[in-house]
Amino acid sequence: MNVLEQEFDLVVIGGGTAGPMAAVKAKERNPKLRVLLVDKANVKRSGAISMGMDGLNNAVIPGHATPEQYVKEITVANDGIVDQEALMAYATRSAAMIDELDRWGVKFEKDETGDYAVRKVHHLGTYVLPMPEGHHMKRVLYRQLKRARVDITNRLVVTRVLTGPDGSVAAVMGFDCRTAELVLIRTRAAVLCTGAAGRIGLPASGYLMGTYENPTNCGDGHSMAFHAGADLSNLECFQINPLIKDYNGPACAYVTGPLGGYTANGKGERFIESDYWSGQMMLEFYNELQSGNGPVFLKVNHLAEETIAQIETILHSNERPSRGRFHERRGTDYRHSMIEMHISEIGFCSGHSASGIRINARGETSVRGLYAAGDCASVPHNYMLGAFVYGKLCGEHAAEYCEGKDFVPHAPEAAQAEAQRILGPLGRSEGLTPQQVEYKTRRLVNDYLQPPKITRKYEIALQRFEEIREDLQQLAAPGPHELMRAMEAHAILDCAEMAARASLFRTESRWGLYHHCVDHPQRDDENWFCHTALRRGADGSMQLRKLAVEPYVVAVDESEKAAYHRLRVARVAETV
Amino acid sequence: MTIALSPTQVPVRVNEEKCIADKGCTVCVDVCPLDVLAIDLVKGSAFMKYDECWYCLPCEQDCPTQAIEVDIPYLLR
Repeated sequence: MNVLEQEFDLVVIGGGTAGPMAAVKAKERNPKLRVLLVDKANVKRSGAISMGMDGLNNAVIPGHATPEQYVKEITVANDGIVDQEALMAYATRSAAMIDELDRWGVKFEKDETGDYAVRKVHHLGTYVLPMPEGHHMKRVLYRQLKRARVDITNRLVVTRVLTGPDGSVAAVMGFDCRTAELVLIRTRAAVLCTGAAGRIGLPASGYLMGTYENPTNCGDGHSMAFHAGADLSNLECFQINPLIKDYNGPACAYVTGPLGGYTANGKGERFIESDYWSGQMMLEFYNELQSGNGPVFLKVNHLAEETIAQIETILHSNERPSRGRFHERRGTDYRHSMIEMHISEIGFCSGHSASGIRINARGETSVRGLYAAGDCASVPHNYMLGAFVYGKLCGEHAAEYCEGKDFVPHAPEAAQAEAQRILGPLGRSEGLTPQQVEYKTRRLVNDYLQPPKITRKYEIALQRFEEIREDLQQLAAPGPHELMRAMEAHAILDCAEMAARASLFRTESRWGLYHHCVDHPQRDDENWFCHTALRRGADGSMQLRKLAVEPYVVAVDESEKAAYHRLRVARVAETV
Repeated sequence: MTIALSPTQVPVRVNEEKCIADKGCTVCVDVCPLDVLAIDLVKGSAFMKYDECWYCLPCEQDCPTQAIEVDIPYLLR
């Protein structure tokens, strides 16, 4: 068996948002460190912000918001289940990160005095900072990677993190998706920056890659963390997005809200007070769709021509720029028609929600030498700026860790088993195609796991996933590209099973639609005011347990706790 | 043999006149996050090899000769 063996001090897996920042900050902390950034795409255009981003959703800038206020807002928006210390670590570094990005050449909207033009979208505070020219974000990051002399390997699919006898990170393993060459990289530490698990459910269009998240973000980091023995947290707190119907872009309330746009029902009436994406907001959205008042629309056609033109310019040049041609083909003009919206399939994404690889305020997972940042890690509502801040925290702390840490040997049999798992599909000329296995897994996720969650349906899902797990042994890939899809099908199935098991464990309802259990309809603070953690048991199975919510560093008044439960506009008081 | 091919209309269209892949250009292939583009060595131009498009547009925007047009996949239109 031919394996390319390499050695680096630190390997950062995923070159989208958090990854480049982690790599740059590790090099800044210790320029002698050999830092490798790997991506299964090309770092120049990889990840969620491949085409840039239209704004910061959680800017904590003095004069507009305080870290305490932000920590309180996210605590309330996430029904109290947060590690406030981790939120605070973000909040206190938010403004400095914006200033650094500003110096790097990222263009934020500023007022006539040169101050950041922060807007209000959240229920309580003011945190949204537009970036009308945010399409250049990846170029800015790439320049910093070159300046810091970070080594980069593109088109490398990392599939496993191998650990040593002491349980700490020893190596990472994967393959080149152009040549199928196996790669084993010995390393002192690794940072997972693999983004959301955005390819678990199936978009209603049936188009496999029509996901909100970049489809490369299929949950391979979540799967790797699980197999390395790390804790994953609150996976039952799904991410569900309010998107344009059939199109995978947000509608997008964060851009249009401050300019006067809002989410409306079929009658053109506003039914939620705050369009900020919380589980409760999504439940109100879902209820409106079910109530007969739907469909739900984004309404901007009441705005002035120059405002609509401004919205179009931002939305059609950033983040998901093909949105303009989607509307054009259907003859949708923001001036005349409302824009039909719908709720998306499920995923894991701490960027908007709260589930992911469990990390603390230093970006450390429960496996020594393994760090995680961005959408794949567990800090809630972290968005792009949180990915940058935690990328920085991970890079700096991992660099420090590497200084006092020797390489440890990995178990040869673990590397051998992984090599066989990867090469399996290449050796079969007959069998199931990766596309078939992926489609079936994701279709079952939609059929059985999409909230409202029903215990019996979840049990059936687990049975069906078990059958698909056997089917994985029949995957056939004629070449390296199909092999990448085959290994992604493994990760997608792992995530689907984790989503099901975590949901069954928490026998209450919480986070609005994200964990809306029909058999346990009430929130149960007495038994479930806690995190859930999932990890690999000695027998390889998924084990769940409760973890206490860490002591708050910012007190939240009783009266404030319910703020996000009062989202529905009072005059339409009916609920379903 | 039990594996069949199912033809599908792909969303990325390459203008073969404008494409300079025959001169060694691989920009679109390099930037595609899903790695679905390839070079046809006989024709000397790029083409979409796998129908796994995120219609994200780096291929179109980064093409030095504006040879690429990305449409919305038919299932979503």
